[in-house]
Amino acid sequence: MSDDIAERVKKIVVEHLGVESDKVTEDASFIDDLGADSLDIVELVMAFEEEFNVEIPDDAAEKITTVKDAIDYIRNVKAA
Amino acid sequence: MRRIVVTGLGLVTPLGADVETAWKNILASKSGAGTITRFDATDYKCRIACEVKPADHEYGFDPNLRVDHKVQRQVDPFIVYGIDAAGQALEDAGLTDASEEERYRMGCSIGSGIGGLPGIESESLVLDRKGPSRVSPHFVHGRLINLISGQVSIKYGLMGPNHAVVTACSTGAHSIGDAARMIRDGDADVMLAGGAEGAICPIGIAGFAQARALSTNFNDAPEKGSRPYDKDRDGFVMGEGAGVVCLEEYEHAKARGAKIYAEVIGYGLSGDAYHVTAPHPEGSGAFRSMEMALKKSGLSLEDIDYVNAHGTSTPLGDELELGAVRRLFGDDLKKMSMSSTKSAIGHLLGGAGAVESIFCILAMRDQIVPPTLNLDHPSEGCEGVDLVPHVAKEREVRAVLNNSFGFGGTNASLIMTRV
Repeated sequence: MSDDIAERVKKIVVEHLGVESDKVTEDASFIDDLGADSLDIVELVMAFEEEFNVEIPDDAAEKITTVKDAIDYIRNVKAA
Repeated sequence: MRRIVVTGLGLVTPLGADVETAWKNILASKSGAGTITRFDATDYKCRIACEVKPADHEYGFDPNLRVDHKVQRQVDPFIVYGIDAAGQALEDAGLTDASEEERYRMGCSIGSGIGGLPGIESESLVLDRKGPSRVSPHFVHGRLINLISGQVSIKYGLMGPNHAVVTACSTGAHSIGDAARMIRDGDADVMLAGGAEGAICPIGIAGFAQARALSTNFNDAPEKGSRPYDKDRDGFVMGEGAGVVCLEEYEHAKARGAKIYAEVIGYGLSGDAYHVTAPHPEGSGAFRSMEMALKKSGLSLEDIDYVNAHGTSTPLGDELELGAVRRLFGDDLKKMSMSSTKSAIGHLLGGAGAVESIFCILAMRDQIVPPTLNLDHPSEGCEGVDLVPHVAKEREVRAVLNNSFGFGGTNASLIMTRV
């Protein structure tokens, strides 16, 4: 189940940022490694919210800077 | 005085997404019209349009050639078409590797008539159905009209004037004329100039149909819908795409040994001051626009061999333009040819003036004028004018006049000549 979350997150990142899937490692930073800007991250967070049916408040969204941050956040919310 | 020449061309049209393919299909009397595929138009009064074809089509458009995947997702189709056409023009001119110093003197003037209507429509529905927090963060800058010029400047590092005209269906012609002036006035040495449109969406078709502007009698024969000057014409067929030219100061172009297609020598503009959608009943704005362009060009009427008409296939507009052309040309009318390529690719609105200027340039290059399709029964006002019915015609083409007129009563005319 948790692997499923990771895969779905990565798929969204690939689709939205137009990057090769092998570049989307868990350590990858959206801005530094994947060429995103701040608006792209807003859009990514919206896509995560939609995909996982969760709400990610702005202050939490600001702390999501890597692929792993996103996966962890969603796992935690889903586990709660 | 600084002279302005054309050194690069770029086209995305319903009949081809590069200059040579589109031109070949225009000369072969093909039509880009068909039943609307972008959305289910079953319940619409107008169900036909000239759509840009998908990449797998014989003459389709592949957005991946010049537009980043991420940008494609964020912006409306008119911006994608515009970026691609601008890239084609810059490549054709051989200026993609310009130095930083040169790029300070290179700018963009690429406009649109309506801009991102499909995206405004779809995000409005998102707002209504899902609430404000679901609206895309790219909503605004993915729809704004000046974002072709913005995107192109970022992609190619063009740091000169960054401008975008919005004058409805005159946009493309005004863009070229205004950009030529920027070069003439010394603001830049090179300008990518033109227009784009991508408004084939439910609200776009419904809106123009409600304004009684679109053809509605040819839903079962889409290729017959755009028929300028024909007795059975009943409105325009909406097209989409983009046209961009690379304008360059003559000495600059000569110094680097650039291929020179044409010189922009006359630009005229006027306002009808009459009605928001209907043209002036005596065609006075159209007449004054052409007259001004002619005066600026220093040419005589007998020098102009081809007129690419605004000729949208609306009942009122075509004959009023023809009347204005008749009054202007007088006895020289019988020597020139005049056609409307909207009969083949529909009305590209903000892209029309630029796309049609490119057809004018190609007519001079190849000494052949493109046809007016579907001109089966010319209306009475057409007598004595060679409207090039049905098939292209080889003839001498020394100088050309392109007309574009828009809602709001805005008129623009360009005169170009061979160098």
